[in-house]
Amino acid sequence: MAEARTGAAASLDGVRVHYTGRPPLGPLDLTIAPGEIVAMVGASGAGKSTVLRLLAGLEPPSAGTVHLTGGRTGFVFQSATLMPWADALANVALPLELAGMARAEARDRAAGALTAVALGDRLNARPRQLSGGMAMRVALARALVTEPDLLLLDEPFAALDSVTRRRLIEDLHRLWAARRPRPAIVFVTHDVEEALYLADRVVVLDAATGRVAATRVSPGSLPRPSGWRADAGYRAAVEALAADLAEAMPALSETGG
Amino acid sequence: MTRLLPPLLLTAAILVGWEIACRLLQVPPWFLPPPSAVAAALIARAPLLAASAGATFWMALQALILAAVLGGGLALAVSLSRPAEQAVRPLAVALQVTPVVAIAPLVMIWAGLDNADRAVVALAAAVAFFPLFSGVLTGLKSADPDLERLFDLYGATPVQRLIRLRLPTALPFMLEGLRVAAGLAVIGAVVAEFVSGSGATQGLAWRLLEAGNRLRTADMLAALTCLMIMGLLLNAAVGLLERAVRRRLA
Repeated sequence: MAEARTGAAASLDGVRVHYTGRPPLGPLDLTIAPGEIVAMVGASGAGKSTVLRLLAGLEPPSAGTVHLTGGRTGFVFQSATLMPWADALANVALPLELAGMARAEARDRAAGALTAVALGDRLNARPRQLSGGMAMRVALARALVTEPDLLLLDEPFAALDSVTRRRLIEDLHRLWAARRPRPAIVFVTHDVEEALYLADRVVVLDAATGRVAATRVSPGSLPRPSGWRADAGYRAAVEALAADLAEAMPALSETGG
Repeated sequence: MTRLLPPLLLTAAILVGWEIACRLLQVPPWFLPPPSAVAAALIARAPLLAASAGATFWMALQALILAAVLGGGLALAVSLSRPAEQAVRPLAVALQVTPVVAIAPLVMIWAGLDNADRAVVALAAAVAFFPLFSGVLTGLKSADPDLERLFDLYGATPVQRLIRLRLPTALPFMLEGLRVAAGLAVIGAVVAEFVSGSGATQGLAWRLLEAGNRLRTADMLAALTCLMIMGLLLNAAVGLLERAVRRRLA
């Protein structure tokens, strides 16, 4: 399953996942190129989180093949998912320490990762002492500390206010651009503007069929120049993607909304 | 301190009412002695009561430690395997729902023929076992599922997962279990002493039985007061520990 494949950070070939009590996911074909940022949108229950878990190797497919490069993977969940009893430094050092790195070196690198997300002055803060945005940045630092080739983000900014969210998106672009080679990022979101702003490519998952309903390439290049949110090409792409997404959503009468 | 004031006032009011009622109604002291008589008995028998309270406390503490080691250890072992948990849990529940008094005579035969204290400790431990077992087991399985996934992602070994994730998660549950178990250990110790009932043990329950047999009601109430105070102190001590650990953990 973890068969290497040149030219892709990860890919799904004809992957299906069967659930009890809801329609199956797939068959799904998806290739993530190295250094590419892919956003995934779709209704709740369309299987977006499942795709991330497949790409992380946390869940086996019922059918089909998941190709992973065998490189390192980072994961950021919907909530920061920090250990409340450990400070920011210990939380970020965790992946390294689990891999057997000596504590001093792991803490050293964790401090570097926290500094990169502008939390160099909060190394010893407990999660409850951090704001939602700060906690999310700690989670991002933890995902990046292993220098992953593939970074998976499951609606990480959904619970944050729009100002914090935009700031984190800029942070993410900056961190992504600063790293050589750039990590591939797969990002799940509900927000079409966020998806097109953040990603090279947006994949729309259809809730009813569990397949890719549409793929849209974001105009312009990454990272975004300032003021790009008002760009006419971006606005047009947002409208087009919103239409795609509406089509891939279950009809209103079905959701009871 | 303001939290302590209302219950203290209520207690004082009850005691005053009790005292007045006993005097006005001329209740015979063997039926219900006034609080002043109980206080006098407490003072007069202070050394004996203190020694007995020490004995009961020591037996309950031993039982608590035994229950913590056995309950916590079994929970830890069982948490590693779902079939093991499914096999053990109903038996643990069965132990819990069986009334202590009913198993006391058996424990007396098995553990107490040559050493009554040992039977008391065994019975109190049996009663205190369940909340500790259940608390630790629940706690070990209560880790955030996303954190569990994170440990999967980074290839954590079972030992790493236990030490870095599951034990810290379980600690508050463990302490909650300890608080319940501390109260039950005292109950178990008292019940066991009642059943052994021969003076072979010298705890507070024996003082209670002895005074009861002689119809020395004030002495009975004095022993009962000691038991109550001991229970409250034990509860408060575990509560303090619990709060201190929670502060460190969160």
